[in-house]
Amino acid sequence: MIPELGQWCMVLALLLAGIQAIVPMAGSYLGDEALMRSARPLAYGQCLFLLLAFLLLAQSFVAQDFSVAYVAQNSNLDLPVAYRISAVWGAHEGSLLLWTLILSLWTVAVAVFSRGLPLSFISRVLAVLGLVSVGFLILTIFASNPFLRHLPPLADGNDLNPLLQDPGLIIHPPMLYVGYVGFSVAFAFAVAALLDGRVDQQWVRWSRPWTNVAWSFLTLGIGLGSWWAYYELGWGGWWFWDPVENASFMPWLIGAALIHSQAVTEKRGTLRTWTLLLSIAAFSLSLMGAFLVRSGVLTSVHAFASDPTRGLYILIFLGVVTGGALLIYALRAPRIAGGPPLGWCSREALLLLNNLLLATACAMVLLGTLYPLLVDALGMGKISVGPPYFGNLFYWLMAPLVLLIPLGPLTRWQGDRWADVLQPLRLFAVIAAVAGLLLAWLSGDSSVKSVLGLIGALWVALGTLVFLLRRVARRQPGRPLLSAEMLGMSLGHVGVAIFIIGVMLTEALSIERDVRLEPGQTETIGAYQFRYVSMRHLDGPNYRADEALIQVLVDDELVAEMRPQKRGYRGGQVMTEAAINPGLFRDLYVALGEPVGANEAWAMRLYHKPMIRWIWLGAIFMMLGGLISAAESRLYRRVRQSAAEGAAGAHA
Amino acid sequence: MNWRLALPLLLFVALGVLLFSGLGKDPKLIPSPLVGKPAPAFAIENLRDPDARVDSAQLRGQPYLLNVFASWCAACRIEHPVLEAYARQGKVRLIGLNYKDRREDAIAWLQRFGDPYEAVAWDIDGRVGLDYGVYGAPETFVVDAQGIIRYKHVGPVSPDVMEQTILPLLAGGGS
Amino acid sequence: MSAVLRLCLSLLLGLVLAGRAWAIDPLPFADADQETRFRALVAELRCLQCQNQNLADSDAQIAKDLRREIFDQIAAGRSDDEIVAFLVDRYGEFVRYRPPLNANTLLLWLGPALILLGGLVAVGIHLRRRRQTATSSAKPAPTDDEHDW
Repeated sequence: MIPELGQWCMVLALLLAGIQAIVPMAGSYLGDEALMRSARPLAYGQCLFLLLAFLLLAQSFVAQDFSVAYVAQNSNLDLPVAYRISAVWGAHEGSLLLWTLILSLWTVAVAVFSRGLPLSFISRVLAVLGLVSVGFLILTIFASNPFLRHLPPLADGNDLNPLLQDPGLIIHPPMLYVGYVGFSVAFAFAVAALLDGRVDQQWVRWSRPWTNVAWSFLTLGIGLGSWWAYYELGWGGWWFWDPVENASFMPWLIGAALIHSQAVTEKRGTLRTWTLLLSIAAFSLSLMGAFLVRSGVLTSVHAFASDPTRGLYILIFLGVVTGGALLIYALRAPRIAGGPPLGWCSREALLLLNNLLLATACAMVLLGTLYPLLVDALGMGKISVGPPYFGNLFYWLMAPLVLLIPLGPLTRWQGDRWADVLQPLRLFAVIAAVAGLLLAWLSGDSSVKSVLGLIGALWVALGTLVFLLRRVARRQPGRPLLSAEMLGMSLGHVGVAIFIIGVMLTEALSIERDVRLEPGQTETIGAYQFRYVSMRHLDGPNYRADEALIQVLVDDELVAEMRPQKRGYRGGQVMTEAAINPGLFRDLYVALGEPVGANEAWAMRLYHKPMIRWIWLGAIFMMLGGLISAAESRLYRRVRQSAAEGAAGAHA
Repeated sequence: MNWRLALPLLLFVALGVLLFSGLGKDPKLIPSPLVGKPAPAFAIENLRDPDARVDSAQLRGQPYLLNVFASWCAACRIEHPVLEAYARQGKVRLIGLNYKDRREDAIAWLQRFGDPYEAVAWDIDGRVGLDYGVYGAPETFVVDAQGIIRYKHVGPVSPDVMEQTILPLLAGGGS
Repeated sequence: MSAVLRLCLSLLLGLVLAGRAWAIDPLPFADADQETRFRALVAELRCLQCQNQNLADSDAQIAKDLRREIFDQIAAGRSDDEIVAFLVDRYGEFVRYRPPLNANTLLLWLGPALILLGGLVAVGIHLRRRRQTATSSAKPAPTDDEHDW
């Protein structure tokens, strides 16, 4: 009964989404207020039914209704309740439902928080979001239905992929989807603006906070995924340039470019067409990511069980959404650049370079990810493009960007003089270079790339400090020291610096050793002595495990006790649960391999990973920066103002 | 329409064509660089007779299938009846390469499921497998009369594969 | 029923990807230099049987065998290039995560640089034009620091 109800909820949501895609749009062309006003209630209703469908699916998992094929495939009687709930989005079908639900939550948020916007504009925005939702709902209902029955019901289900039985995986996919789907708002605003023919600064002002929030969640989602891969996959790596990771990274890069270009367009009226294009691209790349992950065209460690039929469907959907938007763009985007004249040395020019570098990095990732497909399609055999390609090119593409970051906030709009911009930075450039070399020397890091990286990171951090110092020095009474936007910008840029320091030092200084140890034996890595004390067996709720006890000593003083496990799950899968002793400046990491020989001897991998936490710390700073920028009150003040102006104009 | 504004649309269409071309293809299928080249030479112990050797040089003259199998390989059991049927009918000449297996296991396996092989080379350490670029059993190589590899099939050989790919190759290569 | 079967099958395949990791192999390296070379090599070579893993991380049997082979060849004094060539001869270009620069990969390696150059030219043209033609909606450059934001 419950699964059938769930199906009906999805069907009703589809109906409402369909109406939401058509009626308000028609109303905006006919000038019919009643039709346009239907957009909001339709969005609320659609969200309600999707929420119900989602809860019903969760209920099927909690109640262990193994007559539902999806439940039977992804959970069993022994699975703890928390993982039964996260199993809802543990595989393709349920995760698609979650994606659709999040889309409708964003839609509701737009409907609620855009009261001040002109009715015709917001009805178009909601109609576009409705259209996107229709696509997802058709895919869910007809090609990936999570409520399908398996009759007769099974006595017990399969197991949730043990890799996913982990707290990190409970929150990683939802955060990632909030980010992906959040770009649909900027997309819808851009399309609505194009349809309106009013591609001035206003739509950008309205869409900026949404973009910032979406990008922040995407940052968080990617960061969580990286952290999860680090502790759960047992390889000690944090980024693999895997197609699925690339699929999430491309919208992130374009999103980062979009945040900056929106700032330019909103404040100065320049880069209008470019901002429109980026708004379309960010969401389109999110959709393309879904295609890459779910169609099976590329092999990946994280991909869902793939299915060409679904792939074809998503491709058609992508064609309609992106192709349609780009067609409207080609027809309606303004042909004449707007805004005031610019100098070579101006913040606009610097941000244009920022956008060029981020977009090129995204193009590089796209090229590398799809190149094997291209080579294969042309019948030139099979090749692999992996981390050596992406890592190198990304480093060199980002190097100039790192150089430019401190300059942007210190340069005036429209025109400035290089001498004035560089003058306060000279001293700090020297400090960054000296401190970077010193840091490299102290830590024993000698690779040119990472020393340059360290100097770059310090340059970004100090450059941001110069900006803050200048604000303090020129503080005017009665005005806040920093606007939310400035604070967000500073946090984000400091996050970049923290991230780079983490990456450079981890990559350059990590020590990894595979050893065979018997109880009582010790292996020394740097200052740390890892002593394998004992091994014991234990039973978990749905697995059995071998657990080693490892004591870590520094100068014969105990600093950590680590308990790595090797688990055998009911379904027969074997998982390693690495033991990690985290620290702000170093992680110790032990993963169990196999028992080798007698005397409880085991193969183990030991790591000393300096500064790895800084990678995720940097991501958190960037996320906070994005969120705080979105709180910029000026944006909302002007939303109200311009809405009032718009209303006044309409009455006149 | 301004061509510069239409450029993104054109690029997107090209991208769509590329993505479409990838649908339904198996990205895990890896072509062997050995196809069209002489089969790597080997002379290793005969599985059935520790004192005898199987020498690849002596296999030439007639096209044959070199079938990589092992008793630990579950998929090998799926293809085994197919191979056996075709070998018994005399449609293919079947040479076995027993890959990283224990001799007694392999012999017991052949006794249980049937032994259609003209000869079975015993590749205990996988050295020959390495030279042939084997990355998992079962794999099957089509070698022509001149000792040139014509085709490599990864995974169980089905009757379809046999009829549509392997037999035509044998017919063409043998004449 | 067949839909369910397909589902089971696809899930089974889905699980295959999950299972393996933690390739942990204590190998008796002669010196630190050999170990460094070994780690660099296995990190840049792709496991053939897995979804998308390098030889270092994969626990598939073939990855173990190839790690052992690479270890032996390093110990036997063969150069990195020789070892990579040995593997490419047998398994094809697929095993290299760092595709060599050749006619097939020209676009791959030079593409990003071309895009960047093209972009720089476009930015340059744009800025040049914008310096010359002030549009009617021109705003004066803000002088006040507060309006600068």
